[in-house]
Amino acid sequence: MLPGSAPAAGGTGMFVPAATAGTVLCCMCGVSMQPNPANMCARCLRARVDITEGVPRHAAVVYCPDCSSYLQPPRSWLRATPESPELMQILLRRINRPLARLRVSLSGAEFVFSEPHSKRLRLKLRLRREVLHGIVLEQTHPVEFVVHDRLCDSCSRAQANPDQWVAVVQLRQHVPHRRTFLYLEQLLLKHGQASLAIRVAAAPSGLDFFFGSRSHAARLVDFLATVAPIQTSTAKQLVSHDTKSSVYNYKYTFSVEICPICREDLIALSRQASRDMGGLGPLVLCVKVTNAIALLDPLTLRVHHLEEKKYRVYNFKAALTSKQLVEYIVLDIEQESPEISIDGSRYQLAYAQVARVSDFGKNDTIFTVRTHLGHLLNPGDHALGYDLYGANLNDDDMDTAMTRYSLPEVVLVKKSYEKRPRTRRWKLKRLPVEEDAANKAKGEEEKRLDEYEAFLRDLELDPEMRFKMDLYKNEDYRSEMASTVGDDIPTVPIEELIEDLTLGDDEDDDGEEAV
Amino acid sequence: MATRIQFENNCEVGVFSKLTNAYCLVAIGGSENFYSAFEAELADAIPVVKTSIGGTRIIGRLCVGNKNGLLLPHTTTDQELQHLRNCLPDQVVVQRIDERLSALGNCIACNDHVALTHPDLDKATEEFIADVLGVEVFRQTIAGNILVGSYCAFSNRGGLVHPHTSVEDLDELSTLLQVPLVAGTVNRGSEVIAAGMTVNDWTAFCGSDTTATELSVIESVFKLREGQPTAIVEDMRKSLIDSYV
Repeated sequence: MLPGSAPAAGGTGMFVPAATAGTVLCCMCGVSMQPNPANMCARCLRARVDITEGVPRHAAVVYCPDCSSYLQPPRSWLRATPESPELMQILLRRINRPLARLRVSLSGAEFVFSEPHSKRLRLKLRLRREVLHGIVLEQTHPVEFVVHDRLCDSCSRAQANPDQWVAVVQLRQHVPHRRTFLYLEQLLLKHGQASLAIRVAAAPSGLDFFFGSRSHAARLVDFLATVAPIQTSTAKQLVSHDTKSSVYNYKYTFSVEICPICREDLIALSRQASRDMGGLGPLVLCVKVTNAIALLDPLTLRVHHLEEKKYRVYNFKAALTSKQLVEYIVLDIEQESPEISIDGSRYQLAYAQVARVSDFGKNDTIFTVRTHLGHLLNPGDHALGYDLYGANLNDDDMDTAMTRYSLPEVVLVKKSYEKRPRTRRWKLKRLPVEEDAANKAKGEEEKRLDEYEAFLRDLELDPEMRFKMDLYKNEDYRSEMASTVGDDIPTVPIEELIEDLTLGDDEDDDGEEAV
Repeated sequence: MATRIQFENNCEVGVFSKLTNAYCLVAIGGSENFYSAFEAELADAIPVVKTSIGGTRIIGRLCVGNKNGLLLPHTTTDQELQHLRNCLPDQVVVQRIDERLSALGNCIACNDHVALTHPDLDKATEEFIADVLGVEVFRQTIAGNILVGSYCAFSNRGGLVHPHTSVEDLDELSTLLQVPLVAGTVNRGSEVIAAGMTVNDWTAFCGSDTTATELSVIESVFKLREGQPTAIVEDMRKSLIDSYV
């Protein structure tokens, strides 16, 4: 074998000779180093070649102080908290184009501390670039961003006119109580339909919802049409008009009127209405209001659903409302027929002997009536019902019905339970409604509180209504109370409650976690 | 002594010149600066000849020679051949050879005793080299490069090779050539050694980009810094001795 032949060209092929790299002197400074394509030590290379030449050291970002978002030109505003990955993304996008043009690649970036009010954001970038003879150099490079303040479009619009609305939904129901609105409020919260509203204001017999766009208002109206029997009418008013581009700005108004019949209302049907509904007895009780009214004849246990449009044909009003309920005590009950279930609610026809609580010790006035609450009542229970015997009504239909038929003296509506303790295990969220301070009558506050209390009591009784809304766990509930209260009173089982979300650093919930 | 020069503002002086112990070939340039630099250094010792090979100026890379002879590629014209035969001393054999790899300066590196050649050189050429130049021929690669003539430069006293040469290769070459070798660069980090400098036993010429570090490496490995003791004695003799008896 020739002494000069290279070993790799030899016959074996598997033999690879050891090749330890020798050291050369750096051509600039003479320090001994491993040979590299430039044959200069790293320090001489870095001193000679500055890869960050041409990379910007200063840049600007625009920031909206109201909503703490940063502008991404041309038009989008992105929300970012200080020193967050989103902010780094925004800043890096600002300097991306010059970096790409110089063929410099980014291998890392990190934030350098800067005072929060200094209006400067500092980044330390690690740049990589190929220099002479294919060597890749890496160098750090600080970049400083000057933060300019400017209100973003939506904040400036809100700032200029905070009450600026484009569409309003005026929800009205001409009844003396506000139970429907309490119920609707919970439904809106559960479905999140009022989230787009700029403002919610209370009006004398209803609520006003203000929106920034017509479509949001229309969305709320559509939702209301599915949960309540409503009648809508719309109107619009010209606010401004751009002649050049023919753009017309309007203010839209949706007047939504809810049918005045509520749950537990007693209605006397006219002959015509009674005949159209298939001979439903002249006295009917309204048991459920969705987008149709369910009317129950307590004597025949027949339920008829009346749609809004059909209702408008007759337009009857309630003869007696839940305000006029009187408390009775049940002396005796006799089931007449088996328990039936209509629409998910259970009814049972029974004969009951009742006396008014006001009469109970004083005289012997006892009424024997047919009632649909046979499955609930036992002797000794208290029940609420309408007192037709002693009522003085201002209703034409009732008068005709009284003359033509023999009406029962008492119509029992629901069972009543003793007063329950103040605190409940659950609570409800409320909508932020602006109260109309100018129109407040005296004593209205107390009336409202009573109504709310009655509403909560109703919720406890009715699991179906609870299903439609969200109940939250009450953190202030004291569990010792539960043992003292009698077991007969229905309470909301804890499985139905939702943990309320509290922001802030509290310790983990202890004790109450039964779910 | 190592000198830094430029050929028409280009630092690759090894391309445009060929320096041996017996003669020096220089390319014809626009100005006389290159030629006069060589003249100033070498005129009293060896002849400095201006020439072209095949009409080109890259004479350093096309021809190879030592004190015994000079080999020219087949592209050399007859006039050039004759001119060289006339100008060079008689003991230098000038020969034109027929070789497919015509850039002989890139393929062959030699001093007065040993030559390293491109592994694919013809057998006939190898014999010519052995005859004309009077050297022992070895086929080698340097740092994996087959153009040995470009990536190393060596004289009878030392040699400089490609910086990426491994330690084992360096030892092997050193044993072959019987001279001390070092891996280094020339012209501020350029790896093509022979193109950036040209050297003989007592002097070297490098491109003007060569840094001081590289120059010191060259001077130390080619033993140029020791100065010429004979020259010193010669100078002193005139002052030491008044006259001969």
